[in-house]
Amino acid sequence: MIAAQDRKLALWNIAVAYIAFLIGTLCGLLQVFIRNDALQLPSWLDYYQILTAHGVLLALIYTAFFIFAFLISGMSKSLGSFGPKVRLFSWIGFAVTLAGTVLATAMIVSGEASVLYTFYAPLKASGWYYVALALYVVGTWITSFALVGHYMAWRKRNKGELSPLFAFMTVTTIALWVIACLGVVATVLFQYIPWAFGMVDTINVELSRSLFWYFGHPLVYFWLLPAYMAWYVVVPKLLGVKVFSDSLARLAFLLFILFSIPVGFHHQLTEPGISNFWKFLQVCLTFMVIIPSLMTAFTMFANFEISGRKKGAKGLFGWFTKLPWKDVRFTSIFVAMAFFIPGGAGGIINASFQLNEIVHNTLWIVGHFHITVGTPVAMTFMGLTFWLIPYLTGRKFTKSMQKLGFIQIITWSIGMLLMSTSQHILGLLGAPRRTAYSGYNGHPSALDWFDGILTNHVTMAIGGSILFLSAMILIYIVIMTMFISPKAVHEQDFVEFPMADSDRENTPKWLENWWIWIGIAFALIIIAYAIPLTGMIHHAPPGSEGFRTW
Amino acid sequence: MHFHKFEKIWLIFGIASLVMFLSIVGVSAFSQDHTPAGGMTTIDPKKVNETAPFDNPGVTQLDEDTYQATIVAMAFGYNAPELKVPAGKEIIFKVTSTDVVHSFTIDNTNINMMVVPGQITTKTYTFEKPGKYLILCNEYCGAGHHMMFTEIEVY
Repeated sequence: MIAAQDRKLALWNIAVAYIAFLIGTLCGLLQVFIRNDALQLPSWLDYYQILTAHGVLLALIYTAFFIFAFLISGMSKSLGSFGPKVRLFSWIGFAVTLAGTVLATAMIVSGEASVLYTFYAPLKASGWYYVALALYVVGTWITSFALVGHYMAWRKRNKGELSPLFAFMTVTTIALWVIACLGVVATVLFQYIPWAFGMVDTINVELSRSLFWYFGHPLVYFWLLPAYMAWYVVVPKLLGVKVFSDSLARLAFLLFILFSIPVGFHHQLTEPGISNFWKFLQVCLTFMVIIPSLMTAFTMFANFEISGRKKGAKGLFGWFTKLPWKDVRFTSIFVAMAFFIPGGAGGIINASFQLNEIVHNTLWIVGHFHITVGTPVAMTFMGLTFWLIPYLTGRKFTKSMQKLGFIQIITWSIGMLLMSTSQHILGLLGAPRRTAYSGYNGHPSALDWFDGILTNHVTMAIGGSILFLSAMILIYIVIMTMFISPKAVHEQDFVEFPMADSDRENTPKWLENWWIWIGIAFALIIIAYAIPLTGMIHHAPPGSEGFRTW
Repeated sequence: MHFHKFEKIWLIFGIASLVMFLSIVGVSAFSQDHTPAGGMTTIDPKKVNETAPFDNPGVTQLDEDTYQATIVAMAFGYNAPELKVPAGKEIIFKVTSTDVVHSFTIDNTNINMMVVPGQITTKTYTFEKPGKYLILCNEYCGAGHHMMFTEIEVY
């Protein structure tokens, strides 16, 4: 077990993550019923406030706090206990991120920031909302640098050695996050805050959008990479095999740094101000992430097959039956991976340049991120939660909790399948995203959308309700394993941190030369962004004043 | 670095399909003009109503086979009187916003344009079937976002 103080740090991060999860999923439940016209909100609360809270609390807060809990635990386990400085800065980072979270939530609840989590200018929220976002990013950076410091100290003590795979992947994730945040920090500090506090009158809208999406796309890889860490490092241990290939795992992660950042324009394909050449260039770069994704898919199936054959599986697919299905830690992550197959394919459709016009800002997109971040990432985190909390608290993960865990992931899968299928189809039919209940004055087209067996408001509401039920079961498991389940006394009752062995002998050293990889990352960013962003600044139209349209 | 033989085959197959896929998208985009909405023209967002062609929004015929439809988007509606266009003719849509970001999206078509203040979004489209098409805003623009819609008649 890792040091008690490191465990405390991780547990506090998990606690905040699940408070955000609780409120965020409650907002999700309210949304499906408002869209169904079955629920009227009180006058002081409106749909878009709830939508903003749902997005911010689940996509930014739940993910970030959970990710740091996982990284902190894994870094302490793989590199040894934190020193006093690392510990101090991790706490400061936690406190600053939390302060940003609380301030942002207060602004949203008080109706000062119904701008959604994309906060597109010239919608102008209270300046404090942008300060809150800045605090959130700075807080995550402090924790990130604390973890990097811990890694550097290890490298110093072990000169010439490659770091353990978990630590390497943590640093990759952090490098990606820090580089990605530069965009949102630039727009928030130099555009939004001066404008929202009245120091300047206008804002360059197209520039702010582009800087946001420079951040917005790698943001999804910041969610995904920790899930991939679990797939690469935790899953093989549950299967009883080693990491398939240490060097390929490292290479895949490095490719994600390179190809997840210079690609933000694929979120802006249908807008003016960016020429087709730059849009298409970034579309091509976007698709390069398919390469590490294919590597990951290969590795996963290789692990499954090797493990199955070790247990005596015969024939081409015999290994499938030998997988540890009764282990909720494995099954949850397997289901998460399965959801990522259509999720990833949908992503390819979205980024396909002209094809984007069919789906952009329709409910299809909402369906898409519910089967990417909402299931592959979130359900991997759930699968980690089942053992991470008991591991940190030293409590048992009892039989009844395991059963509940299965019910939780099954309900989540069913709910998500219903809701996201419905959203995908509705989007193809043309129904827009981010809208409260509307029949567009009974327009026949709008009536048609919601008239199918799968595409009616009821299906979505049933899906949403099942998801909320699942979320509450998870909250119950979290509370039990955190505070109530019996303490483990015998050795066999202790829950382990499953971390597979990884052979590093044949891994080339240049894979851990950060200067090369971060250098290439910046070169690609400059190629993809320097000219179009300079154009946006030089040929900017007169800026926009702020509007408060809610 | 060691690649398993099967992994090599898998990756070569994957990368080859990727190259083919991007080539198809690229050729379709740049040699057949299948590009999404866009445009590089800017406008002063405060002077939209005084700037041509938005000082006189609506449909104008440019020549025998081409029409231009000029629309001003604002919270929460579109200023575009008499949106009636013929089927089978090329329609050039030009849209801008006087306030926040909106979209100009026509149901059952490929028209899905982001409307950004300070910029003019352009998209060329030819309707095949006559009828009344729903136009709506699919970018969140405020409390009345879901009430922002209008209609275009194709004759």
